Amino acid sequence: MRRLVTALTLLLFLALPSSALTASPGILAWGGDTEGGAPYMFQDPRDLERLIGYEVEIVEALAEKMGLKPRFVQNGWDNLIPGLERHLYDVSIDGLEITPEHQDVVDFSMPYYVTHLQIGVRRDNFDIGSLEDCRGRIVGTLKQSYSQYVLETVGDVDIRTYEDEVNAYSDLVNGRLEATLFDAPIALYYGGPMREIKFVGPEIGRIEYGIAVRKGEEELLRTVNRALTELRDSGELRSILERWNLWNSLTARALQDYGPARTEPVMYTRWVADLQPELTWQDRINRYLSFLPTLGRAALTTMKVSLASMTLAIALGLILALLRVFGPKPLSTLSMLYVEIIRGTPVLIQLFFIFYGLPNVGIRLDPFTAGALGLGLNYAAYEAEIYRAGLLSVPKGQMEAALGLGMTRNQALHHVVVPQAVRLVLPPVTNDFISLLKDSSLVSVITLVDLTKAYGQLATTYYDYFGTGLVVAAIYLLLGLPFVRLARWTEAKMALALGLPGKGKKRPSGLDLRLF
Amino acid sequence: MAEVAISIRNVSKSFGSLRVLKEISFDIPKSQVFAFIGPSGAGKSTLVRALNGLEGIDAGEILVEGVSVHDRRTDINRLRTNIGFVSQSFNLYPHLDVLGNVTLAPVHVKRQGQEEARERALAILGSLGLADKARSFPQQLSGGQQQRVAIARAMAMDPHMILFDEPTSALDPELIKEVLDAIRQLASTGMTMVVVTHEMSFAREICERIVFMNQGSVLEITPPQEFFSNPKTERAREFLGKILHH
Repeated sequence: MRRLVTALTLLLFLALPSSALTASPGILAWGGDTEGGAPYMFQDPRDLERLIGYEVEIVEALAEKMGLKPRFVQNGWDNLIPGLERHLYDVSIDGLEITPEHQDVVDFSMPYYVTHLQIGVRRDNFDIGSLEDCRGRIVGTLKQSYSQYVLETVGDVDIRTYEDEVNAYSDLVNGRLEATLFDAPIALYYGGPMREIKFVGPEIGRIEYGIAVRKGEEELLRTVNRALTELRDSGELRSILERWNLWNSLTARALQDYGPARTEPVMYTRWVADLQPELTWQDRINRYLSFLPTLGRAALTTMKVSLASMTLAIALGLILALLRVFGPKPLSTLSMLYVEIIRGTPVLIQLFFIFYGLPNVGIRLDPFTAGALGLGLNYAAYEAEIYRAGLLSVPKGQMEAALGLGMTRNQALHHVVVPQAVRLVLPPVTNDFISLLKDSSLVSVITLVDLTKAYGQLATTYYDYFGTGLVVAAIYLLLGLPFVRLARWTEAKMALALGLPGKGKKRPSGLDLRLF
Repeated sequence: MAEVAISIRNVSKSFGSLRVLKEISFDIPKSQVFAFIGPSGAGKSTLVRALNGLEGIDAGEILVEGVSVHDRRTDINRLRTNIGFVSQSFNLYPHLDVLGNVTLAPVHVKRQGQEEARERALAILGSLGLADKARSFPQQLSGGQQQRVAIARAMAMDPHMILFDEPTSALDPELIKEVLDAIRQLASTGMTMVVVTHEMSFAREICERIVFMNQGSVLEITPPQEFFSNPKTERAREFLGKILHH
């Protein structure tokens, strides 16, 4: 068994891609979240392999001025700053607001865009015309954003927070919300194209977007600022913002550029056009088919992370259970503590700790290793408890019979007790794998693009949570199905092999691959 | 004087305040069959399980072929390869077929080759009338067949002696005979055996000595004819009266 465990561990590590975290020369690695959506950065609805957005254009222009090749690194928006500290990328640009809280942890370039908050209401609403009018109303906004803070200072507002602006605007249209408060670019791109919605009131607050750089990297910050200044002076920055219909008086003032508009808002027009095509069924099917490469890659990530972490969980869980049941007292206690601590803390925090916390003590893991390790270590605690129940349910006489024939304790465990326990626990362990498959969506917080993350990206790109959701759900089902079958097959086979009451009468001869 | 297989010297054992074995001493010579009988709670099973170290003891010493069973320095696993043990609940390995059950210990403990172990196992199974069951799983067998497999499993290690702890008490009455026949057959080969049993006629027929136990003490060690016709102690007379005339 020890050989088996060693082999599994080795396999696990061989399967891991080598870490590629260090800064490479000639490259500007930049972090952003494609799920943030238009107009910041999102997958081009006309070519899903392409990332577009005004910030993508700014970064590309910036890198060119700096003489570097831009390389995009995906990370969840909430984690863009930890990811920067974690050296996942050199700079981060994704609508990061220059606030005192942010400035405590990172340095910012000069603002490349200045905007404000915008109230949106239904077209037939004439009661709300300012922030003050929001008192006593149900108002939706983005979770943990500046606009949420502003709403809180108004007081007596029934605030509903959202992960995705799309859902907030849908709720405004269908009456669940009376108003919304969002950054103006979001309002323009998500509320603007909806006929049922109008924007009211003055420009609220002042939001400055800057490029985040790790503290202490003054040389890099200087280069970024110099490049930004060049972009401003050459008019390229303004041209990009105009193409995306984002140029406004606040930015004009900040960049000291009061001239008349020069560029058509072609990208905004294109976005609106893409948003409202009358789709035939054929179009719809073609669109979902075009998702398949993206979803396929994401499904592969989901599957790889799940398999690696389950392998780890199964091996480590068995060791933990054996130590707990048969080990000497100190090891048995340690094993118990492990299980209690791991089960008693959220897996999300464990993932964060492994990925963003461990680098503080010099352990830097690439996202895949960190994800597989985090989920594997977590599930090991649960598997250990299942194995423990399995080991305890093997009758004592089995160990005695083996010892009575001259086997050592380890031989008895290896050949007699563990094989029976493993057979007993196979069905629940297989079931656990199915839930692990779904829990693996948590790895999106450490920059991996799994199925759930891909769902978010595609749904924001096409404004289509319903159809995309069905497609993604179907893929999850397909991924889980073989394991559902495996669980049932093992259950029937184990019931027979261990003389337990089971449904199947005849001995199954091989794995039945039919679905249902 | 015959060579001694097992020597029990002043052995005592308690479970808490209950003394289950009280200063027991006697020898079991090689190639003899000893039957432990007595009322339940007498300590028969505890004593037989102490002989191969499945039970610890508090005082005294048990020597098997001159080796102290409970001495920490003794390689108990090695010693046990010479002592077969068959318990009342068979304890066959449910995840292995009959052949797997019989060959597991020879392959992993005695390092026999698979093929050699297989042939030996088939020969033993054949001698016990189980040749056609080699590929069956335990739960497909009757209780009597399972117990005979357990005997075959013990025999496959070529032990110098076999201990039986109530081998027939978990069996339906009509299945007892086939198991007793197997033990009889083994006795006829000159195997040293200890049998804890409630089958009086069987004990009378095959054993050299009856060891009568009561409340942790050995009260009599006598040849069966003498024990059954003329027990020395009052307690033995009472016990026989109860079980022979019910």
